[in-house]
Amino acid sequence: MSEMTGAKIVIEALKDQGVDTVFGYPGGAVLPIYDELFQQNEIRHILVRHEQGATHAAEGYARSTGKPGVVLVTSGPGATNAVTGMTDALMDSIPMIVLSGQVPTFMIGNDAFQEADTIGITRPCSKHNWLVKDTADLAATIHQAFHVATSGRPGPVLVDIPKDVQFASAKYTPKAKAHKGHYNPQVKGDIDAITQAVIALEKAKRPIIYSGGGVINSGTGASQLLRELVASTNFPITSTLMGLGAYPASGENWLGMLGMHGTYEANNAMHDCDFMLCVGARFDDRITGRTDAFSPNSYKVHIDIDPSSINKIIRVDTAIIGDIGHVLEDILKVWKSRGRKTNSVAVKDWLAEIEGWRNVDCLKYRNSDSIIKPQYALQRLEALTKNHDRYITTEVGQHQMWAAQFLGFEDPNRFMTSGGLGTMGYGLPASVGVQIAHPDALVINVAGDASFLMNMQEMGTAVQYKAPVKQFIMNNERLGMVRQWQQLLHGERYSSTWSEALPDFVKLAEAFGAKGIRVDNPSDLDDAILEMIDHDGPVIMDCLIEKHENCFPMIPSGKAHNEMLMGDDSTEGAIDSSGSVMV
Amino acid sequence: MNALHIQKGSSRKSAYDLKNPLDEMLETHTLTILVDNEAGVLARVIGLFSGRGYNIDSLTVAETDAEGHKSRITIVTTGTPAVIEQIKAQLGLIIPVYEVNDLTVEGPSVEREMALLKVAGSGDKRVEAMRLADIFRVNVVDSTLESFVFEITGTPEKIDAFTDLMRPLGLTDIARTGVAAMARGLG
Ligand SMILES: Cc1ncc(C[n+]2csc(CCOP(=O)(O)OP(=O)(O)O)c2C)c(N)n1
Ligand SMILES: [Mg+2]
Repeated sequence: MSEMTGAKIVIEALKDQGVDTVFGYPGGAVLPIYDELFQQNEIRHILVRHEQGATHAAEGYARSTGKPGVVLVTSGPGATNAVTGMTDALMDSIPMIVLSGQVPTFMIGNDAFQEADTIGITRPCSKHNWLVKDTADLAATIHQAFHVATSGRPGPVLVDIPKDVQFASAKYTPKAKAHKGHYNPQVKGDIDAITQAVIALEKAKRPIIYSGGGVINSGTGASQLLRELVASTNFPITSTLMGLGAYPASGENWLGMLGMHGTYEANNAMHDCDFMLCVGARFDDRITGRTDAFSPNSYKVHIDIDPSSINKIIRVDTAIIGDIGHVLEDILKVWKSRGRKTNSVAVKDWLAEIEGWRNVDCLKYRNSDSIIKPQYALQRLEALTKNHDRYITTEVGQHQMWAAQFLGFEDPNRFMTSGGLGTMGYGLPASVGVQIAHPDALVINVAGDASFLMNMQEMGTAVQYKAPVKQFIMNNERLGMVRQWQQLLHGERYSSTWSEALPDFVKLAEAFGAKGIRVDNPSDLDDAILEMIDHDGPVIMDCLIEKHENCFPMIPSGKAHNEMLMGDDSTEGAIDSSGSVMV
Repeated sequence: MNALHIQKGSSRKSAYDLKNPLDEMLETHTLTILVDNEAGVLARVIGLFSGRGYNIDSLTVAETDAEGHKSRITIVTTGTPAVIEQIKAQLGLIIPVYEVNDLTVEGPSVEREMALLKVAGSGDKRVEAMRLADIFRVNVVDSTLESFVFEITGTPEKIDAFTDLMRPLGLTDIARTGVAAMARGLG
C-alpha cells in the first residue's frame, strides 16, 4: 500500500474502526486532520461549542449506542477542556477515544504556543494515553486505543498527535493487522466461583440482586440474561443510578433504585438480605452509606470485570471476575444443570416483607394546585412520554435524583447521567450526542437551572445540526441539592446557593434559534409538555417548580441503609459530625 | 420515621463494628512489576501511588530486557492487607504492566540494596570507621586523607545498621539505591 499523511491515516483508521461520528473543535494543531475530514463524506464531524461539550456528547453517543464515542480537539486549551469529560467517562466506564493535536515534536518542551503536557495532564483521567512521535506508529496506536477503550472495563483513552506527525507520510496499518498489545482482560468467570455463587443462591432465604452500569456496558444480551435470572428465581432486584433500565421499571421484582436517594424498600432489603448478588456495580459510597453497617448478615457475591473493584470497599464472600454477560450465562447454566433450585417458600415470605416496606410509599409527596411540584412535573413527563422512543439525559442535582425516582426505564442504554463524577453541565451536550445517534427519537434532558448554564452554549450545536433535543429545566432558582445539604447540615445558612440573575430561558432559546416555553402552573403543565414534544426542533422548557422542595428519601451521609430520612421526618441533626466530613 | 421499627444493629453481626481488628495492622510488602519500557511508564506507576495515597518506602527501576523493551520496577510499600491487595489490583490495570508479583507472600525471596556513604574525619574516628567497615565487609571506593566513600550491599536493615554506626564517626553524605528483589529458587 502506498504511503499517506498522518492526517489521512487518522481518517482511515477511524473508518476502519467503523466510526461514523466525531465530536470536535478545530485549532492550529489539528488543521491537517480537519483538512482531511473536509475531503471525505463517511465520517460526520459535529462541531460543538466547547471541548467539554464534545466529550459529554461523545459519552451520550456511546452510552446510547454501545459504541465508543470519538472526540477530536486541538492542543493546549482544546485538550485541557476535554479533561472533565474524560474524568467523567473514567468514573462511569464509558468507552471514549480522544484524539488531540500537539505542537510539533521538535517544539515539545519549549513552552510553544498552545503547548500543554497533555499526556501528563490526562494520565490520571484516562485508561491509557499515547504520544505518537512517528507517523509509522500512528495507525497501530489508534487501533490499540480503540481496543483498550472498549475491552475490559471500558473507559476513555487519548492519542496525542504532534502536528509534524500529521504532515509526515507513512504506510497505513489496517485494523486487522495492528498489534493489539498484551492487554486482554478476562471475560469468562471462574467456574468454581460461579458454582459457589449458585450454591449460595439456591439456599438464600432473603436474596437480593443489586445490579449496576456494568450490566449495560456488557451489552443488551447481559440485560436479557439478568431478566431471565430474575424471572426464573423470583428474586427482588434493585439497581444503581448507572444501571437503571437493565431490568425494566415495570418488572414485578423491581424495587427501584437503591442508595442515598434510593427507595425505602430497596435499601431496607439491602440491609436485611441474607444473600446479595452484586452484578456489575462497585459498592460506591452513594450506594453503601456507612460501610461498617452495610448489609451485615448477607453472603455477598460480586461479579465485576475489573479485579480492582473486588474487596475495595466491601469484602465479599465470592468474587467472580469476568464480563457480566458471560458470567450470567454461566450462572444460569450451572443453576439449571443443578435442578433450578431456590428456597421459594422463604423467598415468598421475604417478598411479602418487602411489600410491607413498599407500602410505606417512600416517594409520596404533598402535591399542590398552585405550584408545580418537581415530583409531579416528572410524573407528568413520564406519563406523556413513556410510549415514545425515548432517551433521557440529566444534569446533576435534585432534578437528577427525582428523574431516577420518578421516570421508568424499560430498556438499557436509555438513561444517560453523570453518576461517578456528578458533573453539572453533562446533560445538555450528552442529549445532543444521543440525538445525533438517534435522529428520530425523543431525547429529553432533565436539567436544573444551574447545571443547564454550565454548558448552555451547546444549544448552538443542537440548532446547527437540527438535533431536536428537549431541555426540560426544573427551575427552582436554586442550586437545589447544595441548598438541601445546607439545610440539613449547615443551619439553613444558604451560602451562594440562590441562582441569582438567571437568564430568561425563553428568550435564551429564541436567541439560539430554538423554541422556548415557560410553565409555572400545574394546570398548564400537560399542554406545555405536549407542546415541547410536538415541536420539531430543539426546545428549552422553563418549568418553574417549588423552590424549597427536598429530595427524599435520603440516607444522610455516615448513616446506614436502615436509617433513612423520609419526606416528613424532622431533619434536625440528621447528619452528625462524622457524617458531615463526607461529601 | 421508621414505620416498621427496624432495629438498627439488631442482628448478631451488625454491632456496627464489623471491622476486623487485624485489618488495621500495617504490613510491608515488596512488589516487583514487569512493564513495557515505554515513555511515561514510571510516571503511571508513581502517579497511581500518589493519586490514591499509597506509600512508597523504596523504588528501583531499570531496563532488564533490552530486546523485549521491558523494565522491572521494585517497590517496597506499607499498608493494611486490604490496601496492599488494592495496590496490586490497581497496578494490574495499568496497560503497559505485564506482571505484578508480591515477593512477600509468594514464598522466600532475597532482597538487596546498595548504598554509598561518605565519612569524613581523622584520628581515632577514622580508624574506628575503617575497622567497622571491615566487620561489615564494606568496600572502600574512594579515599582521601580526610574522608572515605564506603560501598555497602545488603538488606536494608544491614545498611541501616551500618549507617547508624557511621553517624557519630563523621557521616556526611549517603546515597541509597532502593531495594532490588527476587524470589529464591526456581519457584
Ligand atoms: C461542575 C460541578 N460543580 C459543582 C457541583 C456541586 N453541585 C452538585 S448539585 C449542585 C446544584 C445543582 O443545581 P441545579 O442544576 O439547579 O439542580 P437542582 O439541584 O436545583 O435540581 C451543585 C452546585 C457539581 N456537581 N458539579
Ligand atoms: Mg436548581
